[in-house]
Amino acid sequence: MGRSKGRGWSLGLAGLLGPVAFWLGLFFFVPLLMILAYSFGTSGVYGGITLGFNPTNYLKVFDPLYLEIVVRTLFIATLNTLLCLALGYPLAYFIALKGGSWKHALILLVMIPFWTSLLLRAYAWVVILGGNGLANRTLQFLGITDEPLTLIFTPQAVTMGMVYSYLPFMILPLYAALEKFDVRLKEAAQDLGASRWQTFWRVTFPLSMPGVIAGSILVFIPSAGEFVIPNLLGGSRTVMMGNLIQQQFLNARDWAFGSALSVMLAVLLLGAILFYIRRVGAEKLEGV
Amino acid sequence: MAASSTKGGPVYKGLGKVPDWGLVLFAGLVYVFLYAPILVLVFFSFNSSKSTQVWTGFSLRWYGELLRDQSVIDALKTSLTVGITATAIATVIGTLTALALTRHAFRGRTIADSTIYAATVMPEIVVGVSLLVFFVAAGLALGITTIIIAHVAFTISFVTIVVRARLAGMDSSIEEAAQDLGANPLQTFLRVTLPLILPGVMAGALLAFTLSFDDFVITFFVSGVGSSTLPLKIYSMIKFGVSPVINALSTVILVTTMILILGGSRLFVRSERA
Repeated sequence: MGRSKGRGWSLGLAGLLGPVAFWLGLFFFVPLLMILAYSFGTSGVYGGITLGFNPTNYLKVFDPLYLEIVVRTLFIATLNTLLCLALGYPLAYFIALKGGSWKHALILLVMIPFWTSLLLRAYAWVVILGGNGLANRTLQFLGITDEPLTLIFTPQAVTMGMVYSYLPFMILPLYAALEKFDVRLKEAAQDLGASRWQTFWRVTFPLSMPGVIAGSILVFIPSAGEFVIPNLLGGSRTVMMGNLIQQQFLNARDWAFGSALSVMLAVLLLGAILFYIRRVGAEKLEGV
Repeated sequence: MAASSTKGGPVYKGLGKVPDWGLVLFAGLVYVFLYAPILVLVFFSFNSSKSTQVWTGFSLRWYGELLRDQSVIDALKTSLTVGITATAIATVIGTLTALALTRHAFRGRTIADSTIYAATVMPEIVVGVSLLVFFVAAGLALGITTIIIAHVAFTISFVTIVVRARLAGMDSSIEEAAQDLGANPLQTFLRVTLPLILPGVMAGALLAFTLSFDDFVITFFVSGVGSSTLPLKIYSMIKFGVSPVINALSTVILVTTMILILGGSRLFVRSERA
């Protein structure tokens, strides 16, 4: 097994790769190609679909009604990524560089919410932000408001739920990157006269870039495709692309439009990843 | 530059000597943010009244009600069946894939590599609806079988990545030595390679099980009406209205997760050391 270092294919290799080629080919690629084909089809009145080359499903997205949802989705996902970075970076930095012997315990404390069901964490906010929930009662206790405010079913509630759900996804890769950081580099920069601020922005931060990239991707992708959190915390007023796709497949039964939206979401997100890696990757190289 | 070092503030030699209280405070607040909502959830699972907001006294009544709820028990059984079956299949396929990617150089390896990563970054909702479209077109009835197929499809890549990380850190000369001593490829794999990568395989399996057990979005699209996993059940309970029963269920899941993480982190530590 350890022997075959050649370039060619062997029977053994085919045996190793056969199962994955079958499973991902049939249950990952074929379905993706199907929605690509469906996205150019025409939905029948009763839910059937006629294949063809019909671009109207894609043009429909530019309808102001739908465009608003696309823009809102990208805005909330971007805001969520930035907020997670702002909250997560200092914490990851603290654990990795100042954690000392508490390091493992502190990172374990981040992993527990990370592994806790996203659904339950969204539920926690449904309870807290709900009509007579903890948030409202705290505000009333503090005298900020007399009557319960509408906190749930707002874009703010969705953002809150998202930051809460995805923060660990940002902290863990940041920690992994900062943990490898050689503290002597920081000392060297300071010995050479850099202030703490300069040291951070010109030495520590650029070197932690792989973690920033990985964390941002891990937060941005699922939050742009999210439909549980806007469903539970946003209600009908904060609809995101995920909710729109779900509606097309389950309620409206317009599979052609739903497929076009899914293809757009996938292309948009994978494109964003490539762009981000190139862009930030290039700057990182220049910085070194 | 030289001048600024003389007029600069304190000279930092070594870290941690000057505690940065701002940073400590900030880190503490982020931890409070991460834990307070979960703890509120757990706290109200012990409430004696039906409220998830106002404390009226301690009681275990919601845990009793949870145990008597047959639909929750059924959903748990479905989740365990799906999780165990999907994990077993995905772990075998993922381990084989990892072996192919680390022990063989072949044409098309870059394509295989990118496929593995593409499967991990594809938005869940896109995977869910495309599988729904596929199953309907193929005439497969939605149910526990389609859920298992879908879960294997989205967990294979994660197992591959974890096992590959383990294999990459392993010295392949040990395997070569076994073969020089006359072991055939199968013997080499079973008696040398597998025991060495076992912690990685176990970690991959644990990851696959957790992802499967926790998955809502993909399952939501491929489950049909008859079979409900635990996350689907929780979702419909939340939609139906908040109740301390959900809090009790959350608490049970949380405690189980914590036990698994503590066990899992030992496994990871062992796989790093071994």
